[in-house]
Amino acid sequence: MLSKTKILYAGILMFGILGPLVFPAYTTQIAILWVMVLMASTWDILGGQMGYNSLGNITFFGSGMYFSAIIQISMFYDVGEYTSAFGAIRPVFTNYEYFLGLSLGIVGAGIGAVIISLLLGPIVFGLRGPYFAIGTLAVAIAAAQLTGTIDYIGGGGGISMPFFPLDIHSRSIFFYVLCFCLTASAHCVLRWLYSTQFGLAINAIRDDEDKAEAMGIPTLRYKQVGWAVAAFFMGCIGAVYGNMIGFIEPVEVAFPTATFGIFMVAMALLGGKGTLWGPVIGAVLFTIIKETTWTYLLGWQWVALGLILIANIVYFQQGLMGWLQEKYPEKFGIIVDDNSGES
Amino acid sequence: MFDNLQLLFVWAPVINIQIILEGVFVGAIFALVSYGLALVWGVMNVKNLAQGDFVIMGAYLTFTLSKYGLHPIFSLPIVLVVMFGYGWLIYLLIIRRVIDNDMFVSLLATFGLSLVMQQFMNVLYGPEVQIIESNLPVYTMFDDFVTVPMAKIISLVLAGTFALIIVIFMKKSRMGQAIRATSQDARAARVLGINTDRVYAFTYALNAAICGVAGVLVSIIWIFQPFYGIQYSLRAFAIVTAAGLGNLPAVIGAGFGLGLIEKYTSMILGTEYEIAAAVVMLLIVLVWRQISLRRSRQVVR
Repeated sequence: MLSKTKILYAGILMFGILGPLVFPAYTTQIAILWVMVLMASTWDILGGQMGYNSLGNITFFGSGMYFSAIIQISMFYDVGEYTSAFGAIRPVFTNYEYFLGLSLGIVGAGIGAVIISLLLGPIVFGLRGPYFAIGTLAVAIAAAQLTGTIDYIGGGGGISMPFFPLDIHSRSIFFYVLCFCLTASAHCVLRWLYSTQFGLAINAIRDDEDKAEAMGIPTLRYKQVGWAVAAFFMGCIGAVYGNMIGFIEPVEVAFPTATFGIFMVAMALLGGKGTLWGPVIGAVLFTIIKETTWTYLLGWQWVALGLILIANIVYFQQGLMGWLQEKYPEKFGIIVDDNSGES
Repeated sequence: MFDNLQLLFVWAPVINIQIILEGVFVGAIFALVSYGLALVWGVMNVKNLAQGDFVIMGAYLTFTLSKYGLHPIFSLPIVLVVMFGYGWLIYLLIIRRVIDNDMFVSLLATFGLSLVMQQFMNVLYGPEVQIIESNLPVYTMFDDFVTVPMAKIISLVLAGTFALIIVIFMKKSRMGQAIRATSQDARAARVLGINTDRVYAFTYALNAAICGVAGVLVSIIWIFQPFYGIQYSLRAFAIVTAAGLGNLPAVIGAGFGLGLIEKYTSMILGTEYEIAAAVVMLLIVLVWRQISLRRSRQVVR
């Protein structure tokens, strides 16, 4: 079993390194695949492992983007001046300025997103079930709408991010490496988290929150920590994604509730929620489906995607991993006692 | 902001009348949509996030019919019937399979439905903002400070009439009684010989029809666009969450209340805050309900 896991990781590492070298034209697509894997995995902390189905994790993605933009620009220029020019002024950053700003921006984005998640936690964590989903969706939409009204960060017009100082090929490789490293580190952190007491505690919250609380688990604190971990990685990847796209704007890029916001849920469900590998597999499958529909059904791609989402939820709820676990329980270390009950 | 406040309360208090009227006109539509949601939520425990997209679909149906020269008001019965059938179809295809599952599944399935519907309308009609000319007179009052289009009055009257018909239907008719019985206790209703599957289908179709009518009214007095649906859904959720299920007067009151709040916010802070106002209202309602439940150590579920 252990050697199999090692082979799996080695394979993924190989793909991660060789992917952009073998298919240089698809570097950005593969980078976005890693972004999707990260999104689905971090959604699964709450959605799968804790049973809190959030539709608003995209808030951290967008706020991370804006935090990093503000940090990167404000270190050397006046943000208000920069944004009010709507990209007419594009100051040339030196290598040192750009990379210092970017690295501080990514870290700052993660920390800022964590702070936002800690502030939002007490507001939304008293809600259960569908109310939590609706409440977090409202948070994400409110974030998009309110960001659009702040002129200091460009309002609805958005911000053009600083230019990458090196040539275009190394730009795509650079952001690819950032996405891959972030996703890999997120995966390792989650793997470690699920193996600790924290994982058991959030599973207890999913199974029966009242009993978990009666057992002395400080549920609110666990929920906060779980959301903060998701927020940190979402904030960081938001900062990277914003810089990779090069232009950020509140409704379509930063807080896309109807695209990335729902994609991450769909990916986690497709692969099977509540497992470590489910979201990863789901993200890969989903990206393949998405790219295929984009190529062959242009114009109707969104309709096709929505239909797939519905079919997935209505007919294939347990996801791929869930289906495999049901089919071959002994491979997952689950012991089935046939005499235990009629269900 | 302070200029606007001054304008409202010092220089020209008459404008208040205009805003209140606008709030009432849109509030009537919100109340209709929320009543449909409360019905579906209360009877079959499905949180329908595609609510707003039914509204927009109704509006686009009216738009299509008006291209053939039919006036929006007269297309209302056609839209009603078409949306009823559409709702029944959606029930058979999707809702029936998620009805017994946990509630997030129904929420997500209807979110997917909403995605499909808005993208479908986007492909068919394009993303432009549409408007239907109703060719009705516009009245002015108070030295032209207050303008009241005839179309809005008609839409208010239609909304009121339609709501009244539904209330009487729910009270008097056999099906209405069956719906109410099922919402109280589905199992007991089944034991007493009510075909609950049919009741659910009818309820969902009725909801779609209500939304379709609201869509006709939207097309008469407002603008619409394929992606405007989610805003109506969120408003309906805010209203139903605030008012509680099965409490018709409260739902209607909350609908008008949200209409007024939105219009006042957009007057005082600016139009770009209109959607934000509705969403923040939803959050405030949820937080307020949490605080009031926390006293008895309970949570919103």
